[in-house]
Amino acid sequence: MNEPMDFLIWTRGTAFDIAVTIFVIGVILRLFEIISLGRKQNLAEPKGTEFGPGMRTIFTRSIPDPGTFRRQPLTVVTGYLFHIGLFVGLFLFVPHIELFRATFGFGWPGLPNPIVDAATVLAIIGLLAGLWHRLMNPVMRKISSGEDWLVWTLTFLPILTGYLAYHRMVNPYPLILGLHVLSVEALLIAFPFTKLMHTFTVFLSRWYNGAMSGRRGVES
Amino acid sequence: MSQATLERGINALKEQIDAPVAAFFSSCVSCGMCAEACLFYTETGDPKYTPIYKLEPLRRVWESEYTLFGKLKKALGLHKPVTDQMLAEWQELLYDSCTMCARCSMVCPVGNDIAYMVRKTREGMVASGNSPEGVKGAATRAVTIGSPMGVKLSALEAQIRHIEADSGLKIPMDVEGADYLALLSSMEIMNFPEYLQALAKIFKQAGVSWTLCSSAFEATNSGIQIGSSDIARTLVQRIVDGAERLKVKHVISPECGHAYTAIRWDGPNLIGRPFPFRVVHILELLDELRAAGRIKTRDLESDRHTFHDPCSIARKGGVIDGPRRLMNMVTSDFVDMKEHGKMAWCCGGGGGVSSNEDADELRIRAFKKKRDQIAETGAEVLVTACANCRLVIEEGLEEYKVELPVVGLSELIADHLVVDEEPPETPE
Repeated sequence: MNEPMDFLIWTRGTAFDIAVTIFVIGVILRLFEIISLGRKQNLAEPKGTEFGPGMRTIFTRSIPDPGTFRRQPLTVVTGYLFHIGLFVGLFLFVPHIELFRATFGFGWPGLPNPIVDAATVLAIIGLLAGLWHRLMNPVMRKISSGEDWLVWTLTFLPILTGYLAYHRMVNPYPLILGLHVLSVEALLIAFPFTKLMHTFTVFLSRWYNGAMSGRRGVES
Repeated sequence: MSQATLERGINALKEQIDAPVAAFFSSCVSCGMCAEACLFYTETGDPKYTPIYKLEPLRRVWESEYTLFGKLKKALGLHKPVTDQMLAEWQELLYDSCTMCARCSMVCPVGNDIAYMVRKTREGMVASGNSPEGVKGAATRAVTIGSPMGVKLSALEAQIRHIEADSGLKIPMDVEGADYLALLSSMEIMNFPEYLQALAKIFKQAGVSWTLCSSAFEATNSGIQIGSSDIARTLVQRIVDGAERLKVKHVISPECGHAYTAIRWDGPNLIGRPFPFRVVHILELLDELRAAGRIKTRDLESDRHTFHDPCSIARKGGVIDGPRRLMNMVTSDFVDMKEHGKMAWCCGGGGGVSSNEDADELRIRAFKKKRDQIAETGAEVLVTACANCRLVIEEGLEEYKVELPVVGLSELIADHLVVDEEPPETPE
């Protein structure tokens, strides 16, 4: 056995188990941490309901308000590019689906590789443009913390290494594949402790926003 | 109030954190879109006015007290604590440059209700002694004198005598068992008594049984603006006591934005029980009377009119379509501003900003947004439904040398009201 192969085997074995365990337990704990804080009962007579408007806002917030979009289109465009590209690359790439099938016992149909490849390029462009925007835009620079740069890096690396591995652009292949898996593990481990959590909490926050507005008879 | 200290401030912030706040902070990806929704940023271009940035004190407390990782960071001494100096610096961000208009809460891609959190953060600012003098003064006057502007019952009674003498209308006071208790804002009493006269005229025509209350006429709530639940509770309790003493079925929130927030949405939560009466905004009541055919209008205004939505009434209160139906009752050329209703831009003077002298210059700069929005409609008259917005807009227009009359919607309805069994009034 050569060293890159050992490295790949380790990343797919022990390291993977540790990362997934931290990710799963961490996410559950964090969600509990948030939800268990609860909300005070609202005694004001409602004008509308909470549940429906909350669910509605979960979907409608994916579409930007036109006036705000015109003021800052790059944020929206890079956000869309990256999120859609990442989703396609992560969930619709056949080898990824096979990994899910091997781990959880179920899978779903994927997309042809060239389409996934194109989506990955879009995700990379979205992330790079987003980084440039974060560096250049005074508002984003003002509000960015170390965590924002860290999270960007942790998200970028798996996509980049995945792209390099798929195109066999680094030799030996087991090395780049191992680095790809390792970068995913870094992402999974950091996930519960950083704003990567927005992947899950966005549903909570959008729901709360929609529900609180809905109660006052406003669609938010 | 007890002695304000940093410790009290931080404790107050801790108490304010609930599941929505934790979800909001966990979701923020620092995209900065909220800045584009805030007139204090768009009109100055200064990134420190980015709404989410204004919440940094609350975010730090949340992170260090309510997250595993934050607690760990705190234990290792890696946490950036909230200091007196920081809070003093944030006063400008949390008070001078935020009207809690909640426009940012409507655009945040992850759904953060930033205004909800600004209101909460102000509790910490009050408890730590970092609220602005102007707003503090207004709050103190509201508690001790009964009105943020220091308006006493005798001043109201004097205005009532004037109105009754001028119009021949009767303004009922302390009528037990009336259906409706009408509240006023100090600004309406002192600057826009036409509002009270309009109510008397409309209610007489529509046959509404109503009254004022000598112990609860002030609707505004400086506690809500400054961010003190204690003060807010005292002021709401006065209204509840008055309404219960007179056994009214409904309480009418006047043409004042934050008064509606205070009495309609926060009131029952402040006193810890549901109200035994219904709270209705005057525009909601007028729209009900319109729908029931109890008020009719005539001689529509032919000049172009536009309507400014007070944030607390529209975006934060759900009173959006009613005012437009009322506008169409009195004008034949009503044009909405491009962004209106739930996406309306604030006048820049809500949430205590107009009573905060530190904010005067910034407020005038931020007003450019409204000025431009109004100009775009080509309107010759601006109508609104909040005495504070009205005053702020009048002042802003004057500052930018724009000549445009600003009127209250209730008065406009009263001016065009069809009055039975009386000779029609000839306007001018």
